[in-house]
Amino acid sequence: MTAAVFFGCAFIAFGPAFSLFIFTIAKDPLRVIILIAGAFFWLVSLLLSSLVWFIATKATNAQDLTLQKNLLIFGSIFSVILQEVFRFAYYRLLRKANEGLAAISEEDGPPLSVREMAYVAGLGFGIMSGAFSMINTLSDSLGPGTVGMFGDSQYYFITSALMTLALTMLHTFWGVVFFEGCERKRWWVIAVVLCVHLMVFSLSLLNPFYVASILPVYAIMLLMAVWAFFSSGGSLHNITLLWTCRKSNAETSS
Amino acid sequence: MGLESSKWAIIFLVCWLYKNVSCNSVEQKIYVELNNTVPCVRLLNATHQIGCQSSISGDTGVIHVLESEADLEWPLSKGPNPPYMVLLESSLFTRSIMMKMKNESNRVAGVAVVVPNTSPPEFSPHTTCPNENTGVYSDNYGPNLAHCNTTVWNPRGNGLSYEEFDFPVFSLKEDNETEFIKQCYLDHNRAVNGSAPQYPLCAMQLFSHMHAVTNTPTCMRRNDINFSINPEMVCDPLGDYNVWGSIRPYNDTVFGHKENESVVIAAARLDSRAFFWEVSTGAEGSVSGFVTLLAAAQALREVTHAAPPTRNILFAFFQGETFDYIGSSRMVYDMENGKFVIDLDNIHSVLEIGQVAVHSGTNLFLHSDPVSRRNNTVNDEVKNLVNNLQSSTAGLGFLLVEPNVSQPLPPSSLQRFLRAQPIPGIVLADHESAFNNRYYESFYDNAANLNLTYPSDLSPEEQLEFVTDTAKSLTDVATVVARALYKQAGGDESLVNTIKADPKIVTQMLYGFLVSSNNSWFQAVMAPELKNILKPSPPEYYVGVAMSSTPTRLVQYLLANLTGAATNLTQSQCQKPDELPNESRQMYSYLWVQGIVPPNSTERDSFCVRASVRLTKAVSPAFELGEYASKDYSTWTESRWKFIKARIFLVASRDLEMLTLGVGVAVLFTSLLVTYFISTKADVLFSSTREPASAAY
Repeated sequence: MTAAVFFGCAFIAFGPAFSLFIFTIAKDPLRVIILIAGAFFWLVSLLLSSLVWFIATKATNAQDLTLQKNLLIFGSIFSVILQEVFRFAYYRLLRKANEGLAAISEEDGPPLSVREMAYVAGLGFGIMSGAFSMINTLSDSLGPGTVGMFGDSQYYFITSALMTLALTMLHTFWGVVFFEGCERKRWWVIAVVLCVHLMVFSLSLLNPFYVASILPVYAIMLLMAVWAFFSSGGSLHNITLLWTCRKSNAETSS
Repeated sequence: MGLESSKWAIIFLVCWLYKNVSCNSVEQKIYVELNNTVPCVRLLNATHQIGCQSSISGDTGVIHVLESEADLEWPLSKGPNPPYMVLLESSLFTRSIMMKMKNESNRVAGVAVVVPNTSPPEFSPHTTCPNENTGVYSDNYGPNLAHCNTTVWNPRGNGLSYEEFDFPVFSLKEDNETEFIKQCYLDHNRAVNGSAPQYPLCAMQLFSHMHAVTNTPTCMRRNDINFSINPEMVCDPLGDYNVWGSIRPYNDTVFGHKENESVVIAAARLDSRAFFWEVSTGAEGSVSGFVTLLAAAQALREVTHAAPPTRNILFAFFQGETFDYIGSSRMVYDMENGKFVIDLDNIHSVLEIGQVAVHSGTNLFLHSDPVSRRNNTVNDEVKNLVNNLQSSTAGLGFLLVEPNVSQPLPPSSLQRFLRAQPIPGIVLADHESAFNNRYYESFYDNAANLNLTYPSDLSPEEQLEFVTDTAKSLTDVATVVARALYKQAGGDESLVNTIKADPKIVTQMLYGFLVSSNNSWFQAVMAPELKNILKPSPPEYYVGVAMSSTPTRLVQYLLANLTGAATNLTQSQCQKPDELPNESRQMYSYLWVQGIVPPNSTERDSFCVRASVRLTKAVSPAFELGEYASKDYSTWTESRWKFIKARIFLVASRDLEMLTLGVGVAVLFTSLLVTYFISTKADVLFSSTREPASAAY
């Protein structure tokens, strides 16, 4: 749909992830490593689940469209479950690595707290998931045509970008909450994250009824943001502190 | 509650599944590729470029289906969403509409012409005076006859093929793809009650970027630039091979004048053209002529073996005659420079078969050149040839008549011979003055134009054998031609009436050249390595640049089979016949042909044909001499291109695109600001109470 749509959708889908990367991750090489390793773990989970789906589709009749759709849904559910499994596996890996890093670091104690690792790991998952969702669509948006010839909505590109943005941020928040839950041995947190992930997946199946899919997903994202904020040490008190801090700064400076 | 919500989810799923279209890639949702399109390409000559050009990344335009000539003001001035891609029915593919679009070409992105299966009453995109600058008539030779001053040969010609368009013009067939395009136009692009149509609109993109520009000297100069290991060629000269065969063989290595050798040349042309690239059928324009000559050559085979005439008869089939006489000018050039087996002085007379699609009962006309006939010897010879021709029609249903006004020769290869030397010659045609052919050099000059119809219940093999009326009348013409040639060559008068052309061979040739070239007879006469050029459709008669045109090969092998002799050489002997005592590759050409499949067998009965049939190069002498701006010889070249394709899709409004960009930029800036703010205040926001020595952000 031309360069305007390409850049617009790229900015929508990857803007927040890009700004998070610049301001919080890029300075610290250890965080960059954990980010990339997290992305790799997500990639491996996708590869394994897609293998399962691929074998299932090749073993069955390719002409039966409803069967193929059902197989896709089954494959996606399997993929969601596998992503959460790999998130847990990454948590265990990072815990083990943290002990080793603490031993060799110059500072007293581990160089990264579990909370920081949780956030970086979640962002890694989110960036890779977003890339896989969006890059193919972005490359097709460069041409002169837009979606709609066969009855699809013409808002396809912008809604894909919005969904990708939501999914990236959701993965970040899930990472924070998940690791915190594992740390505190609250296993119900894992179950809740898995259920929310499945809920978001099933909402995405409602496309192209974009009102029914995008708005609930954003609502879930806001709820997850609040939960992640509280679980990573934030509180209402801190927000009021922030506010009064600014006010007092403003008073003292004026 | 959970169970119920999951039940609802499953119900949603199932309902949604039934509505969905299975698409694997976003590209498949957007673009529909058009496969059955034919472009118009760019050709260049010494001074001009003609044809069509698109920009290098394709031309995109909103589709508009033109309903009438008055409807043109929508794409040209009134329409709110330029540029437009105009879709024309073939009845609207006229000169006035195309010229109007050419003048407003900043609002026209391209044109797509829908070619129907039925022909319009008349249509000829060629010029009114074909090959007017490279014939024999000029300011020095019959100036009052030059440039069609006395007779306009193609009055229906609108000259579209020789115009230059800077937008692409494609042709579409009348099939499902075109229906889809029209449906897309009706769904999205129609203006409701005068208001502008709403976005998204249906658009088409055509790619046909041509590399050559300006004229032939420019593009040949650019061909020679050798900056890199792979030099980029931008154009190629048009040309192929001429086919010639003779009754008595000539030694292919001895060129130049032959003492006491007098030859009667029988000529026909092989090629034709159309507005769009390569789609040329040339039924009346060229096929009728060379099929008649092939049948005449076959008719002469027996009698010339039994009682050889005094003079030799040389059958010549010229390629590239549409483009300023490429083939015949090359043969005359070779004769003048001693590069051909005979010389211009060896030529006794020339009989050329022009457009002879005679409908039974009408007369045929004998055209001659009045300027050369002012010389008495030439005049006497022409009269003699006319007599031989007229006396050969005894017993057949038509007459041969000379036109009663003094008019020039129609466009024919004989004109190039006359340019070199006054030679007595006659051109046989079915028109007295202007062409009868209503579709001269257009894609409608097909089997239907010759009234070539078969009963509907025949299989393809039965159609091959069925003798149509067209075949019968062309057979009579071939008989006349054969008899006249025999008499002209000084043959025995008493045997003349035994010469008869075979209607079966004529009808098989007409079927193969105009309906389907992949039939059992053509398969039998072709070489095994060439059998893939035979297709279920008629061959293309455009001369092209690849030097491998199908009609040339077909005529070569047919002439060899019809005038040559089957030998019992094996395949390896056929490739190296010089090892045998009586065979000589210099005198004959030896062709290994597939042969027929005998009943109760699957293997073909291949054999070796020995015939005095040769190919000579038919590339314009201008390219041999390097005179790319030559006024005497053909300088036609065809541009090169990378790819040619067409596709349709929907385009969104500019507003939506800018909105998307705006939202994206806003999201990016907001996220940068928010992230910066949070990351600087992170120590306040995320106080950790459990880990005493944790590092704050």
